[in-house]
Amino acid sequence: MLLFIEQCLNGLQLGLLLFLVAAGLTLIFGIMDMVNLAHGSLYMIGAYFAATFVAWTGSFVAGAVLAVGATLLVGMLLEVIAIRPLYGRDHLDQVLGTFGLILFFNELVRIVWGPAGLRVPLPDWLKTSVPILPGLQYPTYRIAIIVTALAVALFLYILVMRTRLGMLIRAGASNREMAGALGVNIKLLYTLVFGLGAALAGLAGLMQAPILTVQIGMGENILILAFVIIIIGGIGSIRGAFVAALLVGLIDTIGRAFLPDLLRLFLSYRTASAVTPAISSMMIYLVMAIVLVVRPQGLFQVSGK
Amino acid sequence: MKGFVTPRNVVVAALLIFLALVPVYVAITGDGFLMTLFTRILILAMAATSLNLILGYGGMVSFGHAAYLGIGGYAIGIFAYEGVGSGFIQWPVAIAASALFALGVGALSLRTRGLYFIMITLAFAQLVYYFGVGLDRYGGDDGLQIYQRSQFIDPINLSNRTQFYYWCLVLLLVSIYLIWRIVNSRFGMAIQGARSNDRRMQAIGFPTYRYRLACFVIAGVICGLAGALLANQTEFVSPAMMHWTRSGDLIVMVVLGGMASTFGPLIGAVTLLVLEETLPLLIELVATPFVGAAASRAAEYWQIVLGPLFLLVVLFARGGINGLLESMRRD
Repeated sequence: MLLFIEQCLNGLQLGLLLFLVAAGLTLIFGIMDMVNLAHGSLYMIGAYFAATFVAWTGSFVAGAVLAVGATLLVGMLLEVIAIRPLYGRDHLDQVLGTFGLILFFNELVRIVWGPAGLRVPLPDWLKTSVPILPGLQYPTYRIAIIVTALAVALFLYILVMRTRLGMLIRAGASNREMAGALGVNIKLLYTLVFGLGAALAGLAGLMQAPILTVQIGMGENILILAFVIIIIGGIGSIRGAFVAALLVGLIDTIGRAFLPDLLRLFLSYRTASAVTPAISSMMIYLVMAIVLVVRPQGLFQVSGK
Repeated sequence: MKGFVTPRNVVVAALLIFLALVPVYVAITGDGFLMTLFTRILILAMAATSLNLILGYGGMVSFGHAAYLGIGGYAIGIFAYEGVGSGFIQWPVAIAASALFALGVGALSLRTRGLYFIMITLAFAQLVYYFGVGLDRYGGDDGLQIYQRSQFIDPINLSNRTQFYYWCLVLLLVSIYLIWRIVNSRFGMAIQGARSNDRRMQAIGFPTYRYRLACFVIAGVICGLAGALLANQTEFVSPAMMHWTRSGDLIVMVVLGGMASTFGPLIGAVTLLVLEETLPLLIELVATPFVGAAASRAAEYWQIVLGPLFLLVVLFARGGINGLLESMRRD
């Protein structure tokens, strides 16, 4: 039972990280009607920046803040140079153009940081674990991830639903020509939204960095998962992305943890251990297929899309 | 006859003659690498040609086409591993497996549109990819060595590299011809009509879902066949042959060569793969006067040039190379 709770927390943590990536992706799609495959590259860039800045400042928190800021700038620069000409183009063009950007960023990172993976050390106060239930210790850092991501999700909700900027974002999403005609600087708004999405992806990347190795191509698997999430949640819906991200995070983690035992009830030990890795990797894709069969437009369909 | 000699047709004819003469050149110079490269180009051109049928003519942007390469390839690999070497068993199974998979994926994904379609095809390809990774008996992540190419009856010998090359060329040309026939048939017209306006095609009585599904399966089968060829060429199958970036490469080939054009995917495949081989040399050549010996190091990073090149093609050459050649005619 304790193991189950621990795995649920791990799933929650993965889901929240995925939400940060998926939120940016779905925001950019919902508002600019733009498919951005290079979003995973921004996740990777965030992690690499964190590795550099943490080593440079000697403080994890300061390094993380700098890394998020730097990723935000890279995102805005990227939008102005490469993404802006792709607005209003066919989705196929956008897929292809940003696919090229992935190659570009992977190679750029190889040139700047070298081909070997990097490690981001945790400060001592995050290396501890805290008892959350009698008999259950949980790493402080993972709790910190959960808290930070929840705070960011709340911030995002307030930003989009309660502020003037959020109002403009929503206006731009529902009718960009009308918003432009009413004097909203659409170009600037798009750059800001893209930068925000980049910063969210970068934040997810840097929070994942101490857990995994920082390496080239680390954003690609996350990117595909984030796409699965926004498909399940309904493209353009942040609420959908939140629900779907938690769903995917929990299914993936709990599946990997408990599927072997479950399958052993039905199959022989050898067959079960042979097929589980494959089945647990496939599971979220199966969930997506089922969701699409039942609801082709995702769980939370955005009206007018 | 005058209307027939256009820049595009001249380039296509020259390319076909060149492809037909590659083994002759290789026989004279003994340059085995060139043979390997161009066999690979022919096979991937066949995959790209099949993708063009759904992507270019049908408007169905499949981001998971490499899955069929893997399915076709693994059909060969698994049979060879289990000791069934006959191509008369391997190949029909490769075709049937691709067709079945395409039928399943198509039936589900064709219910969706736009970005959903792009992503659901990608997700299904990932499903097959991870399935391949999980196939412990057949090498899992590391892949599976094939010790013997498919066996056919006597005059056909795939182990002969020259003969294998010509089989690839023949199958490629047959695929191109077949797709040309399909596209110009009533069926093909209905598919292209559904690309422009699906609802209108339905309104005038075409069951477009079934038409598109049939189209999707045909493309899958041709690509599965290309996968069978690829497995025979490399004598190796691994999940890497259906990695999602491979699907991306196939889309690049189609768009680079020219979507919805008969020879576009072939031109695109030749251009992309030759570029991948020559770009490092080119960078070294250009960079040497400026940075001296460091140029050979710079050449390792050729992808930093290739990536933005895709973006430029998308932005400035919408019809791909085929479109550029056709616009030369008007000037």
